[in-house]
Amino acid sequence: MKRTISLRAISLLATVAFLMQAAFGQLAVKGDTVWTMTGEPITNGVVLIRDGKIERVGTAAQVQIPAGYRTVTAKVITPGLIDAHTVIGLNGYLNQPHDQMALDASGTFQPELRATDAYDPEERLVEWVRGYGVTTIHTGHQPSALSPGQTMLAKTWGKTVEDATLVPTAMVAVVLGQAANAGAGRSPGTRGKQAAMLRAELIKAQENLAKKEPPKDLRSEIMMRVAKGDVRLLVTAHKVQDIMTALRLAKEFNLKMVLDGASEAPLIVNEIKAAGIPVIVHATMARAGGDTASLSLETAAKLKAAGIPVALQSGYEGYVPKTRIILFEAAMAAANGLGVRDALATVTIDAAKILGLDTRIGSIAQGKDADIALYDGDPFEFATHCTGTIINGQLVSEIVR
Amino acid sequence: MKRILVCAFTALLCAGSIAAQQRPTAFINARIIPIAGPPIEQGILLIQNGKIAAVGDARTVRLSSDVVTVDMAGKTIMPGLIDTHSHIGSPAGADGSGPIQPDVRILDSVNAEAVSFQRAQAGGITTVNVMPGSGYLNSGQTLYLKLRDDAIKIDDLLIYDKDGKYMGGIKFANGTNPIRSGGGAFPGTRAKSAALVRDQFIKAREYREKVKAAGNDKTKLPPRDLGMETLGEVLDGKRVVHFHTHRHDDILTALRLQKEFGFRIVLQHVSEAWKVADEIAKAKAPASIIMIDAPGGKLETMEVDFKNGAALEKAGALTGFHTDDGITDSRWFLRSGGMAMRAGMSRDKVLYGFTMAGAIMLDMQDRIGSLEPGKDADFIVLSGDPLSVYTKVLQTWVEGKKVFDRTDPKDYLIAVGGKGATDENDLNADHLHCVDGDEGGNE
Repeated sequence: MKRTISLRAISLLATVAFLMQAAFGQLAVKGDTVWTMTGEPITNGVVLIRDGKIERVGTAAQVQIPAGYRTVTAKVITPGLIDAHTVIGLNGYLNQPHDQMALDASGTFQPELRATDAYDPEERLVEWVRGYGVTTIHTGHQPSALSPGQTMLAKTWGKTVEDATLVPTAMVAVVLGQAANAGAGRSPGTRGKQAAMLRAELIKAQENLAKKEPPKDLRSEIMMRVAKGDVRLLVTAHKVQDIMTALRLAKEFNLKMVLDGASEAPLIVNEIKAAGIPVIVHATMARAGGDTASLSLETAAKLKAAGIPVALQSGYEGYVPKTRIILFEAAMAAANGLGVRDALATVTIDAAKILGLDTRIGSIAQGKDADIALYDGDPFEFATHCTGTIINGQLVSEIVR
Repeated sequence: MKRILVCAFTALLCAGSIAAQQRPTAFINARIIPIAGPPIEQGILLIQNGKIAAVGDARTVRLSSDVVTVDMAGKTIMPGLIDTHSHIGSPAGADGSGPIQPDVRILDSVNAEAVSFQRAQAGGITTVNVMPGSGYLNSGQTLYLKLRDDAIKIDDLLIYDKDGKYMGGIKFANGTNPIRSGGGAFPGTRAKSAALVRDQFIKAREYREKVKAAGNDKTKLPPRDLGMETLGEVLDGKRVVHFHTHRHDDILTALRLQKEFGFRIVLQHVSEAWKVADEIAKAKAPASIIMIDAPGGKLETMEVDFKNGAALEKAGALTGFHTDDGITDSRWFLRSGGMAMRAGMSRDKVLYGFTMAGAIMLDMQDRIGSLEPGKDADFIVLSGDPLSVYTKVLQTWVEGKKVFDRTDPKDYLIAVGGKGATDENDLNADHLHCVDGDEGGNE
């Protein structure tokens, strides 16, 4: 009897070990060019991956591939791409009411809505961007209300939201400008009212913080975290007056903030720089019109040149394409003043820094998550394909896309 | 007096520029992609009076002593791009009164001064089919336009055929966009959509018979009906049907209607062309495709695929491209070809698609679509390979006149965007709606 149990235990252990091996099958990735984003790209580079993490990076001469490692090759290797702002996983590709979960129209100010309660890790668009090398997304409620809800950080791999999630509450989304107006006689109906409502909420949060027994309702809870600076505000603002309102609020309430969209940011780079606020720039190929009339292919390049930390986003789309691909948006920025290296940075290491994840992702460096994208040429060229995507050391996509 | 002087001066300037146009201009040392033949290194494009006079190289093109030469070393020249389906100029055709309105002309609607025309010039587009929307089975008559500079009125952009008539087609649509749940005159199902279109064509046939039977006897003519007259032009093959269609079954329905009534058709969008490419080729129906970065956005584009170009090429169908601007931006029209190539379409067929294929679809293959002597001097100057993300459209020429120059600060602003680049009201939700949606909200 005892013997049987111990045999079972051994066989169980062996199975577990085998499964671990399969899940984290040790991998060697060879690339003609390896963009580590920690320095110059490596020619004829090798990246060793062990147990989901990057074990070693170097030239083929420096790094011997140990026996038992599966070798994958590509012309060009980059860190897995990071989309610094999207709504995929919440808004599905069908664009039908049942799969559009990034905006609840019942209220204009709902910072308590959690993205994790809506995120579908198996949604088609998540798979779609993964096939283009996107490994991490900052996703959440869409910029169509004063506060549509929270955002989250997730890997584009995992069966459940728990598997995929890196940070469940990344930021609280706030919108200033035309998109924040509630319409039909409801508040806010003007820019002045938008700011007034935000001030009122922030003052309430500050007062709650001073209370011995602060209220426990969800909205008060999240707004206190914002007021304390524990959670950042992601403020979508395109026009100069809206960006300035955001900076004013950040100063008045000592908020931690990230600007989003920011079409007219190039007109006020000094003010943004002085505020020390990073910018997640609108999708390069986003449509110009209304508040976004001034957006430009060169927004990211201009902000970067001014010394402002910049990441790129695919943004929110209400129709077709239901999502943009951050790889393509970065490509267009690369070709319009940003250059290949800086454009890659806006979707890898610089995005990771702005999102607060740069110790874990964003570059190919020892100890970091093994999130890697493989390409058969210059990643930004139209005719180049993404040939593979590795997340947490697993080759999760081998579709040539 | 001062004013008269200014006018006289302006007139002189104009006369001067016309005279300058009369002198032949040779663009030399360029890589020329004539489409009509293989690329020419160190090529020469000779133009005069708005037409192409010669294309070749130093051995084949003789330059006269009065020629103006423009050095294009390191640059690529190819024919101006042809966009078979666009909504620039904010065209609005049919209204909500009914699903089929062939009498409506977007001639009466387009704003020739719209900045969207300049954006198209910045993208290297020289000829465009401007269409009304797809929220109707038939939303009216379309216009083929040349993107000439400084247009104020629509007449400044029109193209005339050999009979002196301005050119254009007619827009039809099937699938979900024309379907409206509210009922009324609009269809509620796909079968009803087809039935309503059949009905109208049968009526148009009868109308045409009555007109024929009347002969010279005006008293026997039926009451004039502009819609019936227009559909008569369609039945006579004088007006091409540009058929918005996405799903594979809708594509086949469009082809079925085409076969039944014998009209000439260009399939537009064909999001699921990859499923029925052989059927499209067998029907000899030209197809114009669009490249969308992600599937979905609406139910009938769930399976739209970059591989449509490759599939149509393999099947042997004539394949062109369109922007459907504002769906994709005219300024990076060439990107669509890049994406088609990414998914397996050959470089040659991509470049042909942007030029000759479009010309054939708009009945202008004798005038545009390739760099050949006698054709309109519509061409673009590129900084490099047409299908590279890094390549810029440097200049766009229409009928021998430069309409876009990236070194001109105003043109540069249009090309890259920024403060003042666009009319703030140019693109709003309504506009996008009229582009490809409908008013029934069933996208």
